[in-house]
Amino acid sequence: MAVIAIGDFVGVAKDTVEHFHGNQLVYVGWDKHLMFYAPMCLCVPPAMRFRDLVAGPVAEVYAAHPQWAQIDWSRAVWLRSGEPFTPDPERSLAENGIGHKESLRLRTPGLDGIGGSGT
Amino acid sequence: MDMKVKKKLALKEKFALMTRGLAWETSYEPMEAVYPQMAYEGLRIHNWDAWEDPFRMTMDAYWKYQAEKERKLYAIIDAFAQNNGHLGVTDARYINALKIFLSAVPMLEYNAHRGFARLGREMRGVGPQIACQMQAIDELRHAQTQIHSLSNYNRFYNGFHDWKHMSDRVWYLSVPKSFFEDACTCGPFEFIIAISFSFEYVLTNLVFMPFISGAAYNGDLGAMTFGFSAQSDEARHMTLGLEVIKFMLEQDPANLPIIQRWIDKWTWRGVRLLTIVAMLMDYMLPKRIMSWKEAWELYFEENGMALFNDLARYGIKLPDCTELIRKEKDHLSHQAWNAFYTAGMMTNFHTWIPTPEEMDWLASKYPDSFDQYYRPRFEHYRELEKAGKRFYNTSLPQLCQVCQIPMLFTEGDDPTQIAYRQVTHQGDKYHFCSDYCRDIFTHEPDKYVEAWLPAHQIFMGNCFNPGDDPSAAGFDPKKSVLDYWHIAFGRDNMDFEGSEDQKNFAAWRDQATRN
Ligand SMILES: [Fe+2]
Ligand SMILES: [Fe+2]
Repeated sequence: MAVIAIGDFVGVAKDTVEHFHGNQLVYVGWDKHLMFYAPMCLCVPPAMRFRDLVAGPVAEVYAAHPQWAQIDWSRAVWLRSGEPFTPDPERSLAENGIGHKESLRLRTPGLDGIGGSGT
Repeated sequence: MDMKVKKKLALKEKFALMTRGLAWETSYEPMEAVYPQMAYEGLRIHNWDAWEDPFRMTMDAYWKYQAEKERKLYAIIDAFAQNNGHLGVTDARYINALKIFLSAVPMLEYNAHRGFARLGREMRGVGPQIACQMQAIDELRHAQTQIHSLSNYNRFYNGFHDWKHMSDRVWYLSVPKSFFEDACTCGPFEFIIAISFSFEYVLTNLVFMPFISGAAYNGDLGAMTFGFSAQSDEARHMTLGLEVIKFMLEQDPANLPIIQRWIDKWTWRGVRLLTIVAMLMDYMLPKRIMSWKEAWELYFEENGMALFNDLARYGIKLPDCTELIRKEKDHLSHQAWNAFYTAGMMTNFHTWIPTPEEMDWLASKYPDSFDQYYRPRFEHYRELEKAGKRFYNTSLPQLCQVCQIPMLFTEGDDPTQIAYRQVTHQGDKYHFCSDYCRDIFTHEPDKYVEAWLPAHQIFMGNCFNPGDDPSAAGFDPKKSVLDYWHIAFGRDNMDFEGSEDQKNFAAWRDQATRN
C-alpha cells in the first residue's frame, strides 16, 4: 500500500506539467557557490534553447557572484539528475532531454566560491 | 449530634472512579464500529486496561490548576502591556524572533489541539482518552495565550499584523504547516508517536529553551510568562509520550517495527523543523543562552541517549538519522540564516549581518566550521552592504518534497556541497534534501505527491493577489505574491538596518529613558 489510510486512497500528484500553462519546471544549482542558499526553481518553456536558459534566468541570479564572470565555459561541467552530460546550447531544453522538474547542476572546476570557502 | 464524616478519597481512588468507570462495552454495535480508527495502522492492542495513567489528574483538579495559571499569566501580561514592557527588551532585533514565533507556533498549537481532540474521541481506552482530551484543551490554551501575549507587540512593530493569514500562505511557513498536517492526517497511533513522543518527549526542550530562556535573557517578560505557563502542561505531555510508547510496545511484539519506523520518521521530521530554532538561537537573540550545537549535545546527545538506552529493552533503536544530525549541528544555524538573510525580500521579519562581536562568538562556539565556511559569506555580504548593494536573492528555491525546506542542507561530510536526492515516481521526478526525507516519501508516495509546495504554486499562478491580472501590462509577479502574503514591501521585510522598527524602538526608548 502506497499510503496508510482508512480506505482506498490514491494520491493525485499536484505538480505535474499540465499545471504550468505550457511551461515546465527546471531546477538549477551551482556547486560550491552557497552564496545562493539553494538551487533555483525556474518555470520556462520546453522550447527554450539551453543557451538562453543560461544567459537569461540563470545568469540573472548568478551574475551577482564575483566568480560568474570568471567561468571558463569550455571547462564547465553540467550534471543532469546527478549524471554528467553535455548539453547542446543551440538546442531546446526538450531536445537536451531536460524534462519537467529536471535537476541541473553546474560545476566550475577551479572556482570554489569566495576564498575557496564554498560561498 | 454526631456527624458521620465520609473519608476523603485518596487521589488514586478518586481518579479511578472518575475516569475508568466512565467506559463500557457496547452491546448493540460492535466496539470496532464505535472505534473505527483503531485497526488500520496495523497496531495490535490486546488490553486497554494495561494503560498506566501517567498523571492522575481528574477534570475538576485540572480546571482548578489551569484557572490559577491563567489568572497569574494575564496579570503579568497586563502589567507588561501597561508599562511598555516591549521597550525593555535587549534590542529591537530580538522582536523579529517573536514574529517568526507568532506566525509559526500558535498554528502548530491549534493543530495539536485538533489532533488530540480527535484522539480523545477515537482512542478506545478510557485512560488515553482522558489524557488526550486534557491535552487538547491545553493546546488550545497554548495557542490562545501566545496570541494574547504577542498581540501587544502588534501595536508597535511591523510584521505581526496578519500572522494567521501568513501561516497558511507564506513560503517558509509551509514547513511547520505541512509538518503538522502530515501528523494530523496520520492514523491516531502514528499521530501520538509523532507529537507526544518524538516531538514533545524527545525534542521539546530544544524548542522551549531558546524561546523561553531566550525571552527571559532578552528582557521579554510577556513571552517568558506564557512559556512558563505552558511548561507545566509540557511536563504532563511528555509523560504521556513516554507512557504511550511503552504501552504500545508491551501490547504485542509485532508493534515494534511499526513504531520504530514512526520514531525514525518523526525524529527526522522534528529535527528538520527545528532548523529554524537553531537559527533563532545563534543569530536572532541579541543576548544568547547557548549555541544550537551545545543545546543539541545537552538535550539530545546526552538526555536523548539516556531515553533510547531505556527503550532498548523493548528493541527500540536510535534512529539512523541521528548520525547525520550530529554532523549537521556545526552547520545548521549558519546555513539557515544564510538562506533567510539572502531571501530577506520575501520574509515577514527583518534580517541582518551579525556584528563583529557576534561573529567572534559564533567562531568560538563553532571552531570547526564558522571561520572556514560562514564568516567569508557574511563578510562578503557586509562588503556588498557597505557598497550600498545589500544582497538579496530573489529567485525561488527548489524545495524538498517532504520537509518543504529549500534544498539548503549540505552533505554530512562536505559542507560546501548541497545534498541532492531524487526519485522518479509514476513518471515524475521528486527531489529531497536527504536520504531520510526521500525514504519517508518512498514509503507513502500517495501522501507526499500531494504536497503544496509554495515555489510551484507560485508558478502555477495560485499565489497572486486576488484581483491582480497576470496578463496585464506592467504586472509585477513578485509584488503580487508579497501582496497575496500580506507582507508590506519595504516595511515588514528586508534588512533591520534602516527599518521602521529600528527607528521607532530607538526613538521610544530614548523618550522613556530621558527627559
Ligand atoms: Fe502546546
Ligand atoms: Fe527534506
